[in-house]
Amino acid sequence: MSGVTERDPVQSSAALPRPIRSLYAGNARAVMLRGWRATRSTNWLVVVSGFFEPIFYLLAMGIGLGTLVGTVTTASGQEVAYPAFIAPALLAVAAMNGAIYDSTWNVFFKMQFTKLYEGMLSTSLGPLDVALGEILLALLRGALYAVGFQLVMQALGLNLSWWAILALPAVLLIALGFASLGMAVTSYMKTFQQMDWVNFILLPMFLFSATFYPLTVYPEWLQGVIQALPLWHGVELVRGLTTGDVGWGMLWHVLYYVVMAVVGIVFTTRRLRTLFLD
Amino acid sequence: MPAPVIVARDLVKRYGEFAAVDGISFEVAPGESFGLLGPNGAGKSTTMRMVGAVSTRTAGELSILGLDPDAFGPEIRSQLGVVPQSDNLDTELRVRENLLVYGRYFGLPAKVVAKRADELLAFAQLEEKGKAKVDALSGGMKRRLTIARALINDPSVLLLDEPTTGLDPQARHILWDRLFRLKEQGTTLLLTTHYMDEAEQLCDRLVVVDKGAIMAEGTPAELIRRYSSREVLEVRFGSDRNVGVAERLSGIGERTEVLPDRILIYSDNGEAELERITDAGLHPITSLVRRSSLEDVFLRLTGRSLIE
Repeated sequence: MSGVTERDPVQSSAALPRPIRSLYAGNARAVMLRGWRATRSTNWLVVVSGFFEPIFYLLAMGIGLGTLVGTVTTASGQEVAYPAFIAPALLAVAAMNGAIYDSTWNVFFKMQFTKLYEGMLSTSLGPLDVALGEILLALLRGALYAVGFQLVMQALGLNLSWWAILALPAVLLIALGFASLGMAVTSYMKTFQQMDWVNFILLPMFLFSATFYPLTVYPEWLQGVIQALPLWHGVELVRGLTTGDVGWGMLWHVLYYVVMAVVGIVFTTRRLRTLFLD
Repeated sequence: MPAPVIVARDLVKRYGEFAAVDGISFEVAPGESFGLLGPNGAGKSTTMRMVGAVSTRTAGELSILGLDPDAFGPEIRSQLGVVPQSDNLDTELRVRENLLVYGRYFGLPAKVVAKRADELLAFAQLEEKGKAKVDALSGGMKRRLTIARALINDPSVLLLDEPTTGLDPQARHILWDRLFRLKEQGTTLLLTTHYMDEAEQLCDRLVVVDKGAIMAEGTPAELIRRYSSREVLEVRFGSDRNVGVAERLSGIGERTEVLPDRILIYSDNGEAELERITDAGLHPITSLVRRSSLEDVFLRLTGRSLIE
C-alpha cells in the first residue's frame, strides 16, 4: 500500500466550529454518489416504474375522465380544463413519491438490514453528511421525475403560462421537504408494520389534497385539516405556477416546505447520531 | 519508547445501570498487535466501539493517536481501519466498487482510491472477483474484502472485532496469513477474539476480559506460564465416572479440573502423570497429552461460564 494520504478539497470542514465538525465532514457528495452508483446497478427498474406512475394517472384521469368533467374552477376562480387542473397536482405527487421512496423504504432497509450507515459512520463521515447525502439523492430522483413529467405536460399543452418554468424549482423544494421529513420519520421506525403507516398516510393525502378536485367541495373543518398537510401546499404552489395564477400568498407554501426540510434534517442528524454514535 | 497509539485508563461504558465495560486500562504501542480476549458479552466489542470513536465513554480516559475521541471523532476515524464483527459490506455495489466508494467516504481523491483498490484486491486475493456481486462471495472472501476495505484509507491502526468467527479452518488460515503480513508491515492491530489459537497466532500481547474487567495481561507465553502448566493431560473415564475418579487423583499433577466430559491434569510432564494414573489401577477410556494453550488460561480465568 502506498503511503499517500492526500485529502480531497471537498473536506472543507476544518473551518467549522467543533460541535458541527463532529457531525459534518463536508462530504455529503460521497454518500450521494454511492446512492447513485447503487441505483444504477440494482434499482433502476423501480426508478423507471415510478416515473410512469403519474403519467398513467394523467392519461387515465386527465384525458379519460376529463372528457366527462370538462372544466374546473380553481381556488381563485379561474376556469381551466380538467387535465390542466390535475397535471400540476400529479407533478407535485411525482416529486413526493420519488423523494419518499428513497427516503423511507430505502433508508429503512439500509438502517435495519444492510447496516450501511454503521459502515459509513465508522469512516470520517458525520451523521449530517449521511443525512444530506441521502436526502440529496432522493431530491435528485424527485427532480428527474418532475422534469420528465413536465415535458409530458408541455407536449400535451397543459402548461398554461410561462410561470410554469418556476414549477421545476418549486418541485425540487417539495421533494426536499418530503425527503428530509421522510428520512427523519423512518429513522424512528423499527418494524415493517410501522413502515406500513407511512403508506397509510400517503395514500389518502395523495387522493384528498385537492389533487383531483378543488378544496371547496369539502366542509370547512375538513378544508382546514387538508390545508395543514404538506401535499396540499405543494399542489397549490405548482398549480398556481403552471396555470399562471401567481400571487404573494404562494410564499406561505414555500415557507411551509423550508420549515419541513429544516426540521427533517435536524431530526435525522440527531437520530443518526443517537443510533450509530452513542 | 515511542508514544503509545492507544491509551485507555479506567475506561467505563454504562448503559443505564449495566456496566458493559467497567474500568479497563491498557496501552498499545505503535506496530504492536494487541488482543482483547474474552467470552461473549465480556465487553470486547463495546471497548472496540469506543476506540473506534463511534461510542462515547461514560467515564475514564481514552486517547487514540494522541487525540480524545469525544472532541476529535472524525479525525480519529480517518486514521483507523475498522473490521466489524458482522460484515457490513455494501451489497448494492460490486466488490471493487465497495472499495472505491468507501475510499470516497474518507474524502480521498478518486485516482488515489482507484489505485489503492487494485492493490488491495490483490492483497485480499480477490483480483478475479472485482466485478462480482458481494452476495456471491464466500464467507472468507467477504471477510477479506471487509479487511481490504478497512485498509483503503491507509490506516495507522486496524481494529478487528472477531475477525475469523464463523469461518472454516482454511479460510481462517488464509486470513491469519494476511493479517500477519500487515503486522510485518508495521500496522498496529487491535483485535478481539474468543479463539485461543487466534490470539496465540496474532497477538504480541493481550488482556483477558470478563464481565467488563481485565482478568490478566501479558504475552501469550507469559500468561500460559503464570496461569497454566507446560503440559495438560486430558483423561476420559465416561461422563458418569469422571467425578468419582477425580477424587482418587488427588496428588497427581499441579492442579486438576473436572469437566463434564473429561478431567484435565495440569503438569510439566503429562506422560509421567498418565503413568502414575495407570499405576494406580485406573484405566481411562482415552487420554491425551498436549501443550498448554491460552484456552487453559482462559478457562482458568473466566471460569466455566464459557460453556454456556
